[in-house]
Amino acid sequence: MKLTNRSKVVVDKELTWVEKLYLPAIVKGMMITFRHIFKKKATVRYPEQTRPVAPVYRGVHVLKRDEQGRENCTACGLCAVACPAEAITMDAAERQKGEEHLYREEKYAARYEINMLRCIFCGLCEEACPKDAIYLTDRILPSNYARGTFIYGKDILVEGITPDQRVDVSKRKKSYEMNT
Amino acid sequence: MDQLIFFSLSALTLLSGLLTVFSRKSMYSVLSLIFCLFTVAGHYILLNAHFLAITHIIVYAGAIMVLFLFVVMLLNLNTTSDKSKAFYFRAAAVSGAGMLFLVLIASLKSTTLGAYYAPTDTGMGVVEHVGKRLFTDYLLPFEISSILFLSAMIGSVLLAKKEKK
Amino acid sequence: MDWTLLIDKSILVLVVFAISLGVAAYATYGERKIAAVIQDRIGPNRAGPFGLLQPLADGVKFFLKEDITPTGADKFLFVLGPALFIITALMTSAVIPWGHSFFIDGREFSLQVADLNVGILYILAVVSVGGYGIMIGGWASNNKFALMGAIRAASQMISYEVPLGMALVAIMLYSNSLSLRDIVDMQQGFRWNVFYQPLGFLLFLICTFAECNRAPFDLPESESELIGGYHTEYSSMKLGFFLFAEYINMFISSALIACLYFGGYHFPGLDSLGLHPNLLAVISILVLFAKILFFIFLFMWVRWTVPRFRYDQLMNVGWKVLIPLSIVNVLITGAWLTFVK
Repeated sequence: MKLTNRSKVVVDKELTWVEKLYLPAIVKGMMITFRHIFKKKATVRYPEQTRPVAPVYRGVHVLKRDEQGRENCTACGLCAVACPAEAITMDAAERQKGEEHLYREEKYAARYEINMLRCIFCGLCEEACPKDAIYLTDRILPSNYARGTFIYGKDILVEGITPDQRVDVSKRKKSYEMNT
Repeated sequence: MDQLIFFSLSALTLLSGLLTVFSRKSMYSVLSLIFCLFTVAGHYILLNAHFLAITHIIVYAGAIMVLFLFVVMLLNLNTTSDKSKAFYFRAAAVSGAGMLFLVLIASLKSTTLGAYYAPTDTGMGVVEHVGKRLFTDYLLPFEISSILFLSAMIGSVLLAKKEKK
Repeated sequence: MDWTLLIDKSILVLVVFAISLGVAAYATYGERKIAAVIQDRIGPNRAGPFGLLQPLADGVKFFLKEDITPTGADKFLFVLGPALFIITALMTSAVIPWGHSFFIDGREFSLQVADLNVGILYILAVVSVGGYGIMIGGWASNNKFALMGAIRAASQMISYEVPLGMALVAIMLYSNSLSLRDIVDMQQGFRWNVFYQPLGFLLFLICTFAECNRAPFDLPESESELIGGYHTEYSSMKLGFFLFAEYINMFISSALIACLYFGGYHFPGLDSLGLHPNLLAVISILVLFAKILFFIFLFMWVRWTVPRFRYDQLMNVGWKVLIPLSIVNVLITGAWLTFVK
């Protein structure tokens, strides 16, 4: 089977006198490295430039709010059950009077944590969610020095209320969801 | 000025020579010997024999002492390892050194110790003169010593070669 | 004692030291940059514009690192090793003529620290002593890897000194002098020694690579088998000295190659332009530095192209190829000088 045209048959033949000098080979190699100086660099200068991501890329999660800025999550726990890495934990609480502008349903997640060191970014939480609350985004998980900082709470996961703080997840929505 | 340099150099030479003999670690012995050779080269420079000084450093400090250092490094000689020496070994060492000392005394006795005088630059130590003298007046000894070196080289190559069976 | 001469020379020594240290610092930057572009990367570009402050950042980092002396190490020799290495690296610069003389108030201001009549031999002497820093440092670390690296370095230096010296002998025969200034002035016009001594140049180049412990002869510090070789146990600025001295060696070796084989500060046609002597001196310095920079680039170019030798190959090349070739080169030069010229 021939995959490329660049394959070379290796023969164990005696080197000729010129080949034994090795200098022509060294000069040849040096010309190759010299040519590489002017080649296009493969580096992506990360914070300034980012690589294009696939529409189905699964990065750091976001907890969505609805149009009026109320949290979608109702702390049903389906995402935690679906999670194969058991990265999600939550505490549920009942919505009090006067909190209608904060939470959409009568029950909400008082505490919602994802352990990013356990998370395998499979997206099953997103599949399981009946309330359109959790989505995986194209944001990259940043590194850190301390392990504790990788447990993301609601302060990081929930998106902001103002329009410019909203996280766009329209690419992640399935076609049947778009219509509803 | 020259006198000051001469006396400080001499003091350093003697000091490093004594350190070579008396230091307990063989590594320090070798290093002080190297330093001693450098100070001797300094004396040659004071005598305007630049060529001799540089050759001295190349041959002794640069080549021979590296081999000394090599051996010391590899053997890792400690103060504990050379306690027991046979009596006849010590006797031989003492008598050998004593005889050398006698020779030195004898040669010192025959010299007249004059006052220090600064050497004048007669151009004797310059490469051109050394070369000319070597290839005219001292041609025969020079060539004979070169043959000696050649035979030593061939000998070492033969010793290093694997024996064929 | 001529005090003005003393002051002149002290200033020159300080300037030469500062320049060699500066060039060595920026050679580390150049090395990383060249390694990067050869491997299709970008290299340091964060510290300052184009990463130009990177050497400064590296230096500060070296100073701030913890200075560790291993428990079993010989304290005095552990410090002496890097000190000796960097001193011997800097010492060679004394005999290199950096350019035409300046004339200020009718007084000649020579750009060579010492015009020794045994200049070339002085270089050989310093080179032969240069191995001690590595050997002492490697031994004092009390570490098997460091000792192996030190032994490799020493044996490599002794082996490659011989063909290096023989290549120099051919140059001495050809130019009839041991003074570097005479040798450089011999090559005025376009009579560069490299055209008359191509084999000698090749031998000298290969041997300088070996003497500088540069790839493909960087066995003393080969990371893959000896961790870091002789500087395994070193940290902080002592390690910095070892690494720095390597770049100083590279700079001085490049200067030597330029002086011995490529006409030093001479450039064809430049001397006959009838320029003002001081202007000529400035241009001659620039010419020499252009040549030096090219050879530093060559050093790095080879490092990122050619893989490392195996130890037995290194010894084979040294003793069975380079030494016979260098002797042949001396014989050819001698024959040519006696019968043809």
